[in-house]
Amino acid sequence: MTGATIFGLCGAALVGLGLFGAIVNPQPLRKILAFNLLGGGVFLMFGVIARRGAAAGFFGDPVPQAMVITGIVVAFSATALAVALMLRLFQLSGRIALTPEPSAEAQSRGADG
Amino acid sequence: MILDAAGDQVVLHAPGYLLVLAIVLPVAGVLLSFLLGGRYAERTALCVIPLGLGIAIAILFEVSRAAKTLTYILGGWQPPLGIALRADGLSAAMLVTTALVIAATGLFARADFRTPNGVVEARSPLVFWTLLLAVWAALNAVFLGSDLFNLYVALELLTFAAVPLVCLSGRADTITAALRYLIFALAGSILYLLGTALLYGTYGTLDIVLLHERIGAEPAVWIAVALMTAGLLAKTALFPMHFWLPPAHAGAPAPASAVLSALVIKASYFLIIRIWFDVLPGPRSVAAAQMLGTMGAAAIIFGSVIALQQARLKLLIAYSTVAQIGYLFLMFPLVVGFDAQPWGNAAWTGGWIQLFSHAFAKAAMFMAAGLIAEALGHDRIADLDGVGRALPMTVLAFGIAGISLMGVPPSGGFVAKWLLLIASAEEGQWWWAAVIIIGGLLAGAYVVRVLTRMIAYPPKALLHSNVTRRREAIPLALAVCSLLLGFLPLQPSELLQIGRPGVIGSVPL
Repeated sequence: MTGATIFGLCGAALVGLGLFGAIVNPQPLRKILAFNLLGGGVFLMFGVIARRGAAAGFFGDPVPQAMVITGIVVAFSATALAVALMLRLFQLSGRIALTPEPSAEAQSRGADG
Repeated sequence: MILDAAGDQVVLHAPGYLLVLAIVLPVAGVLLSFLLGGRYAERTALCVIPLGLGIAIAILFEVSRAAKTLTYILGGWQPPLGIALRADGLSAAMLVTTALVIAATGLFARADFRTPNGVVEARSPLVFWTLLLAVWAALNAVFLGSDLFNLYVALELLTFAAVPLVCLSGRADTITAALRYLIFALAGSILYLLGTALLYGTYGTLDIVLLHERIGAEPAVWIAVALMTAGLLAKTALFPMHFWLPPAHAGAPAPASAVLSALVIKASYFLIIRIWFDVLPGPRSVAAAQMLGTMGAAAIIFGSVIALQQARLKLLIAYSTVAQIGYLFLMFPLVVGFDAQPWGNAAWTGGWIQLFSHAFAKAAMFMAAGLIAEALGHDRIADLDGVGRALPMTVLAFGIAGISLMGVPPSGGFVAKWLLLIASAEEGQWWWAAVIIIGGLLAGAYVVRVLTRMIAYPPKALLHSNVTRRREAIPLALAVCSLLLGFLPLQPSELLQIGRPGVIGSVPL
């Protein structure tokens, strides 16, 4: 079993764990963390692809590596946006959940004009 | 350096630069808005919008004049190493539709998000005008992109621009809706990215044209396409992944809802079409196409029935979007397996006209609902009695847009649904025809339910509305656009076939 295969399997396992976590966990923060795990798995896959596609004399194909860098920037921005939304939601309503509040008229509560 | 789509020889022709301008101009507007700040964001947007509209029309003109795909190779680096921008007939039509809806939204939003002299600058106008241009830039990048990874970046830019538009009002419920939208969108894009990784690992390129030549029927391709399609379906809000859409689109301010419902969800649909019809070579999976069609049919029935039960106007319109998305997916079973045949082409044209007419009609409806909510202070359907007296043009716009959603002639919705209906009858897939007819009846029911309230007599004690006639004219103009699409010939469109192989034949209708 070569290194690329082991890393590929690790990537696949991370993708599976992340997907499971994102679907099963109801809390937004855990969902976001699960997406980061899932993203890590995808980036590892890109790394494996870069290694496998390496031309003679090179360590890796630079194109997937460039894609990983872009992907990390995008994932970072997405996480930052999600965390900012969650913080604001907590400030306004004192709780973070994707389901509407059990009490009626969630719309009128927490309005700041 | 501009290279012809054919390949090696260098052919200098100016229209290629238009593709770059279509993306760079709104991005420049975004950066300028940030630099100049609050008061100038609106002026920057209103300067950029007419220029961008002009560029989009110029691209449409060039593509239809040359009757072939416009290509621009960035930096002169040929794919697979470099990145190309391409505009075929579909891209050009999408660019113009987007520019028209954005222009109408910009004019409409001037009253909601203005910063008059002497008033302290607020945050929401700056955010709205900047993000409006950002949404536009991302949409143009999706329509012109020709590299699957570039398209991923464009999709993410679109998400980041669209999510804050949902929670512009800052209320807790809209932030919850925005957060749920973001989570669905992130799940969608990460699945898309995984598919991209698999395709690159298998074929060593992500350029759509090169990929189309190299791709074969392999397990890696099936998995990649399934992952990408599933991810994009979540972003398009096709039933049963539509849960995020109604609260997000109903909670946003009216101009933002118009852009989100008319344009943003169409970008991911556009990419599904790109992958299915431009990346994959034929023959395509009939079983998968039937499954997408079934989900579309379920969306039509379910979305319309739920829309009928809504108590608030904006939620009704949002559920109607869930239903109308379904029609777009009826295109799959009607086109796949009937490629380059007249009836397949008719269904292809029908699906796209549905997209364009829904974009205009839904933008008009959300703007009309916004004006009504502004005049009445609420959007409860039960208390809309007689609003037609105060806002006659708005109610007329709502009615005309409704005609297009129902598919009553003359309207773009009629042409679209008729082409789909005829194609399903001629191809012997009558069950889709049944769904189209039932969906039209249900759409009629929910539109008429609202209209009868609006024009009820005697009107309730009214209401002095300070909505100007000029604002009322904007949704009316959009609704008339969706009506004018109804005067297109009932034939497969040649423009929508530019850049793709296929027989363009007239069909005996």
